[in-house]
Amino acid sequence: MDATSAAHAAQHHAPPTSFIRKHVFSLDHKVIGKQYYALALVAVLTGMVLSWLMRIHLGWNNAAIPGLQFLSANGAPAGKMTPEYYLELMTMHATIMVFFVLTTAPFAAFGNYFLPIQVGAEDMPFPHFNMMSFWTTFVAFCVLISVFFVGDGPPLSGWTAYAPLSAIGKVAGPGQGTGQVLWATAIGIFCIGQLLGALNFISTVLDMRTKGMTLARLPVTAWAWFITSCMGLTAFAVLMPACVLLILDHVAGTSFFVASGLVINDQLLPHSGGSTLLWQHLFWFFGHPEVYIAIVPGMGIITHVLITNMRRPMLSMKAILYSLWALAFLSYMVYGHHMFVSGMNPFSSLAFSFPTLMITIPSTILVLIWIGSLYGSKLRINSASLFALGFVSMFVSGGVSGFFLAQPSIDIMLHATYFVVGHFHMVMGVAAMFGIFSGTYFWFPKMTGRMMNETLGKVHFWLSFVGTYCIFMPFHYLGWAANVRRFASFTDDFLKPLIPLHQFITVAALFTGAVQLIFIYNLIHSRFKGAPAPDNPWEGTSLEWSMPSPPPWNNFGGKDPVVYHDPYQYGVKTSTGADYVMQNSPEQVATGGD
Amino acid sequence: MAKLLALTIIVIAIASAVPVVMHTWEAPADVSTHGHLIDEQMSETMIEAGVSFLAAQIILAIFIWKFSSFHTDGKTRTFPGGAKGLVIAALVLVGAEVLALGAFGVKAWATVYFTPPSADALPIQVQAGQFAFYFRYPGPDRKFGALHPELINEANQNFFGLDPEHDPDARDDIVTAEMAIPVNQEIHLLMHAKDVSHSFYVPALRIHQDFVPGLDLSVHFTATKIGKYEIVCSQLCGLGHYSMRAYLSVMSREDFNDWLKKEAALQ
Amino acid sequence: MPESHRTEKKENLEVMATTVQEPPKTEARRMPARSEAGISGNGGWRNLVPSEGHLLAVGEYSPPPSSSAIWVGIAAITMSFAAFTSALIVRQGSSTDWRHITLPSILYLSTTLLLVSSVTLEIARRRVATFMGGLKSQVASPGRWLYVTLSLGLLFVAGQYMAWLQLRSKGLYLATNPNSSFFYVFTAVHALHVMGGLGGLVRVISKLNRSVLRRSTLDATSYYWHFMGVLWLYLFLLLRMKL
Repeated sequence: MDATSAAHAAQHHAPPTSFIRKHVFSLDHKVIGKQYYALALVAVLTGMVLSWLMRIHLGWNNAAIPGLQFLSANGAPAGKMTPEYYLELMTMHATIMVFFVLTTAPFAAFGNYFLPIQVGAEDMPFPHFNMMSFWTTFVAFCVLISVFFVGDGPPLSGWTAYAPLSAIGKVAGPGQGTGQVLWATAIGIFCIGQLLGALNFISTVLDMRTKGMTLARLPVTAWAWFITSCMGLTAFAVLMPACVLLILDHVAGTSFFVASGLVINDQLLPHSGGSTLLWQHLFWFFGHPEVYIAIVPGMGIITHVLITNMRRPMLSMKAILYSLWALAFLSYMVYGHHMFVSGMNPFSSLAFSFPTLMITIPSTILVLIWIGSLYGSKLRINSASLFALGFVSMFVSGGVSGFFLAQPSIDIMLHATYFVVGHFHMVMGVAAMFGIFSGTYFWFPKMTGRMMNETLGKVHFWLSFVGTYCIFMPFHYLGWAANVRRFASFTDDFLKPLIPLHQFITVAALFTGAVQLIFIYNLIHSRFKGAPAPDNPWEGTSLEWSMPSPPPWNNFGGKDPVVYHDPYQYGVKTSTGADYVMQNSPEQVATGGD
Repeated sequence: MAKLLALTIIVIAIASAVPVVMHTWEAPADVSTHGHLIDEQMSETMIEAGVSFLAAQIILAIFIWKFSSFHTDGKTRTFPGGAKGLVIAALVLVGAEVLALGAFGVKAWATVYFTPPSADALPIQVQAGQFAFYFRYPGPDRKFGALHPELINEANQNFFGLDPEHDPDARDDIVTAEMAIPVNQEIHLLMHAKDVSHSFYVPALRIHQDFVPGLDLSVHFTATKIGKYEIVCSQLCGLGHYSMRAYLSVMSREDFNDWLKKEAALQ
Repeated sequence: MPESHRTEKKENLEVMATTVQEPPKTEARRMPARSEAGISGNGGWRNLVPSEGHLLAVGEYSPPPSSSAIWVGIAAITMSFAAFTSALIVRQGSSTDWRHITLPSILYLSTTLLLVSSVTLEIARRRVATFMGGLKSQVASPGRWLYVTLSLGLLFVAGQYMAWLQLRSKGLYLATNPNSSFFYVFTAVHALHVMGGLGGLVRVISKLNRSVLRRSTLDATSYYWHFMGVLWLYLFLLLRMKL
């Protein structure tokens, strides 16, 4: 045995034995990935129920929602939602979805599970940090959920928590005392968890690749997780200081974000000299990269899924990778587009609008490559590929509204309207979710050793695809009609005629939400009763398909795989008659990819 | 199934475009002097976005229709020109398109933000606080009295914290709960935030600007049509955010002068 | 770890040592060129076999060392302090209530101590590396300089606390004025990270004493510690200039 594998053999670790070590405080990246997925599942169901409550209230403002009074006697006496409770539910819906679903599932869950495998490593370089990363995120979730049950409820300042509303304490409104401080604490803890995770991801890609796995041979999903980690590292490292300063303004009497001379409830606030816009700059410097953190892993996943199902590589992997990097890089330069009419220097608004318009270019390249690669292919239709195609359609729909929002002059009309809400729901709430679904249908066999039910998967896709369009396309119409967002009721003259459209949306939302239960059922049922999965049900080439389903605790059985090819050797002629060559197969073939 | 998906995508794309083309839901008619620039920009963008949207969805649908079957003996073809043509198209066409949009949009933005108010603009101060707008006219001395936040007293209707006893400029200030302006008269709106962030949004006037606590901002505009319009707060400010509004009445000059006299008498 | 297991592992390694033709070097930069060895990525064996041949057993579970991780961590911490810095700059410009404060004099002493601790750490690092290389005779108590560094670090943290006391005696608390707010925030956040570094030093000392220290652990901890010094120097100058 040669030096390398012998050294590796000495490095390899003993299997975990105790129940706690195997299933609770596991150091195994695969278990940690599944724990993140479970957390995201709980979070998405919670967030979805919150959205149902919001939508019912918006469509039928005076209706009593039976049972809601048990969640909050003050917030919904006799089941009728108060305006403050609507805002509180809205804040929690957004916070839970953005942080605990969209950052957690595509990045932390799938990334933790598959990144080490795809680079050929036995685990991440810092398994203890990795374990801490999950449990820190879990604690953050618990702290966040606790706001429902403490003080006078959750904060109502939105997931964006603009100061001074979020900084001056409970005099600003219900939930703004304890609730806001706990919220900021939960987010701060979440940042730490994600930083630990990003550390592991980056180190895995840079230092843990197996023999033959050059950077150029990484699957696109590995690249996507790597790029996302780089963004996460810089973005979350800025959000945490912002939360620290916000908490200090609450509990220590500082005035980072609160200006002088403010009067609320006839009392002069003691703060002085703080900068309202400072919070917005800090928050959006994090906030814009965050939305790319939510979408880039999904882009990687659907690219990977499409390639596998088209049985050939994309037209150009280089174009895809450079575009992903360009998105990441530009994402730091565009954040001011959330602040066009915020009172910042109007020249800055113009300055931010140009990179925002420019970011259309890498997005377009990605879409054109995805669509162009379909040309002349033999695309297999299954649940995973359907959701991948749905992702492309949704990303186009959500992306074109960006044309409008990128321009400050148009933003005068569309800022803080449902147009913005429609835009980000389509790209984050739908496209990113479709990326998660696609990844789930694709990788479930590997993770559990069982196949998901294809029929249920297709039903899930069809109803979700049509349903989400029914929900979120009308949001754009509402926005064009100047329907301002974050309103608990529509009592303005020009808004009352829009209520029927809101009711349509509510019905679509309730229906589409109910459809997700099909997915949950499929997940749980298949986990225990699904058909046994082969090692490589999709005939994929990347390293995860070279191992048993599910993989053993040490991934490659104590040996290190050797990689001979890039992951896109599809459409080739092999000795066995297969149309693909796996990355770790020594066989050389005539037609090659990149 | 692929064909069904292709059809569905096309139906959804066209169905989405219908309300836009039919103008089923759109912004209230523009009653400002600068708004047409914004509306033109909006139409331009609508066309470009609409074309991109429809083209992308339809081509995606066509490709799904044609290239989604699994025949082991089927020949695969590559998109003509490969990635190169597509990347160049994205860079050049889309790049030019967005740059053009950006460049043309500068004028609309500059008209609102980079032109100073004219010397004979009527100054009106608006204060936003949880959950109402109050307005202040400078009165015959054409000067605003200083604001004293510690003197604010809602019960006594001293919304702005004026000190008429010691401040002569404040004595003739006119404070109202509704805003009225003469038609075709430029208004210089001085914006003051009392407690938290709010926003001043009048869709018909094509004006939208946040109030920033600690920063005194201003916008200027001219209304061209007599009527009553709603000012809504569009920056989340607390539980009463949805109900925070005021009415803006655009009147003839004679009606405005009458209105102002009546309000002055009520001070 | 049970004794027999440890011995067994050691035997494996010693067997390996005789079959290895070219012991890989310990310096990261002197690895064989990747193309020659046909190796991508870390390989995992870089720090296992020191150049002079005397092997150290590795810990119970030691994945291949990752040399990029510490730089990733340093990048994240740098971004955080960049955010705090921009908050300071914006806050200074947003109002006229900036009140100059004189920095507590003890800071000059504590800064010096921290910078000296970097020097002592470097001395320690070289001695430990020599020791790990098997040249035991050349170095006595290689850990001594680590203890010196640790003590200097503790003195630094104590000095920061005394600086706080000095400020408080002048009536400057966290919320007194924006300058004092930033002083406390910057020094507290930095001190927290320094305490993390102290924990790292304790870990290195403890591993050295049990002969399970890896070169990569020592190097990473050292880079982190030096970064704490560089960061403090930057903060000190920032606070001097701005506050």
